[in-house]
Amino acid sequence: MMPGNRRTDHSLRCQILQGVTNTLRDERADNDEVRFSVLLQKSVFLLGVFDNGGKDSMISIKNLSKVFQTKDQEVRAVDDLSLNIKKGEIYGVIGYSGAGKSTFIRLLNRLEDPTAGEITVDDQDLTGMSKGRLRVARQQIGMIFQHFNLLWSRTVFDNIAFPLEIAGVSKSDRKKRVDELIDLVGLSGRGNSYPSQLSGGQKQRVGIARALANNPKVLLCDEATSALDPETTDSILDLLVDINEKLGLTIVLITHEMHVIRKICHQVAVMEQGKVVERGDVLDVFLHPEKPVTKRFVDQVMGDPDREHSLQLIHEQYRSGEILKLHFVGDTAGQALISDVSRNYKVDVNILHGKITQTQKGAYGTMFVQFQGEKEEIDRAISYIESTSVEVEVNPDV
Amino acid sequence: MFEQLFPNVNMEDIITATNETMYMTLISVAGTFILGLLLGLLLYLSGPGGLWENKPLNWFTASLVNVFRAIPFIILILLLFPFTDFLMNTIRGPKAALPALIIGGAPFYARLVEIALKEVDKGVVEAAKSMGAKYSTIIFKVLLPESMPALISGITVTAIALIGYTAVAGVIGAGGLGDFAYFYGFQRNDFDIVVICTILIVLIVFIFQFIGDFTSRKLDKR
Repeated sequence: MMPGNRRTDHSLRCQILQGVTNTLRDERADNDEVRFSVLLQKSVFLLGVFDNGGKDSMISIKNLSKVFQTKDQEVRAVDDLSLNIKKGEIYGVIGYSGAGKSTFIRLLNRLEDPTAGEITVDDQDLTGMSKGRLRVARQQIGMIFQHFNLLWSRTVFDNIAFPLEIAGVSKSDRKKRVDELIDLVGLSGRGNSYPSQLSGGQKQRVGIARALANNPKVLLCDEATSALDPETTDSILDLLVDINEKLGLTIVLITHEMHVIRKICHQVAVMEQGKVVERGDVLDVFLHPEKPVTKRFVDQVMGDPDREHSLQLIHEQYRSGEILKLHFVGDTAGQALISDVSRNYKVDVNILHGKITQTQKGAYGTMFVQFQGEKEEIDRAISYIESTSVEVEVNPDV
Repeated sequence: MFEQLFPNVNMEDIITATNETMYMTLISVAGTFILGLLLGLLLYLSGPGGLWENKPLNWFTASLVNVFRAIPFIILILLLFPFTDFLMNTIRGPKAALPALIIGGAPFYARLVEIALKEVDKGVVEAAKSMGAKYSTIIFKVLLPESMPALISGITVTAIALIGYTAVAGVIGAGGLGDFAYFYGFQRNDFDIVVICTILIVLIVFIFQFIGDFTSRKLDKR
């Protein structure tokens, strides 16, 4: 968290504390019950703010590099990379194969040793650690894999118990914890199955349960959904969001699918040739992709091959009224804007073309509509839309 | 009927010889399993990309294995006479055959162990590392259980080779069915004894093969 924000946070907290105290003194809240419920509401809000205040750095990476020496050349898989990942965040790293993202995530628990740079996880410097201490530190960093990497010789139960055995948890505690985890990932009743008897999605659930066994602070996901079909991918992503919210776990995931980033990530970094070329809030990156590689990724989910063609048709066919391009950004897509307009103004709204998509930070998308009616009414409707945060473009070019 | 077909066979002698063969086979299989497993693990772990990657150690182990595999078994027995004498205080009988059987079988099994371990999914080893597992945990809880069906198939193949070796050892005085077939059957020209010994050895091989296949299949949950 930036120092500036922390100050704002502090003054906000003071204000709220003041507010709470005032409520207690408030003469109008004559009834104890009312006073108490107001107090409760404010306290909950206050807690939320404090929670937010604790959202500081979980993983910090400074000038990280990994060079592989091959016979005839050196490959800089990760090149002077610096990143900060906050507590409780779902951080996505996207890139094409060969961008270095896989090496990057393996550096985070030192499955690969970095050539240079520093990695701090939960205030522990991983890079300087001895092997023995690193093993203990790794128990705080769960990891799931593209190909699940379960032990086929063990049942679901024993697979999940494995990290607990490593951590030296007693047998009875192990059983309790594993049963909890099996429930958490929705595999109740499958404890005695072998991995070969499970579907891909179920295997990944076992992988997730296993990664969570020692109550880690961080979960690393190495292309965790890339081997799954779209539907199973979605259910695994839902599970990850669920875990993130329930346990407050920080999740770092790498993927080549923008769909995954869009669906669950708060922050995204785009990697190319070992470097982060663009990063930020998922919505921001979606709205204003700067680098060509980012634009290509955004096109993966927002790309609309029919758009050109249908815009031409729109211009040929709909000659009356006004054609508007509405650009929905974040929360506003949740409003019933279209029905607001048609109810409050005498215009007929005709939806022509559009695509809206949901991200963790709200909805985002573009829609083309035709307004028909009196010129004045249409203008009033347009100025109403302009007053919301939806961006309007009248008679957009093809 | 039996007496007509095998007039020269003395049941008591046959049973003694079978027992000697079984004794040599079982003990040498156990010894080969342990020594071969150690050598195989050493080959795998010190090899390229292994947990203890170490070129000199790998070179040394590989050379040792290759040299002993190159020596024909009958010569190995002769070569090991002084060693056997020192270790067992005798150079005759089933007990004396054991050092040569184990030293002859272990390098062969070690290569099979190495192949079995190489088949273990690297990702699973990596997953164990990411959980903070020690090397010993990785060896005993990941590598060995995950390769167990192949280790069992390997020891089955080795056991059958060892049964063959016991017959060879028999010819130079180790006892067992090989010894019996050669001295009582071949040299006295009582061919029925050779036939009965063959049948018994084939039977023992089949039993070992069956037990090995069954166990390997039972353990394989893939």
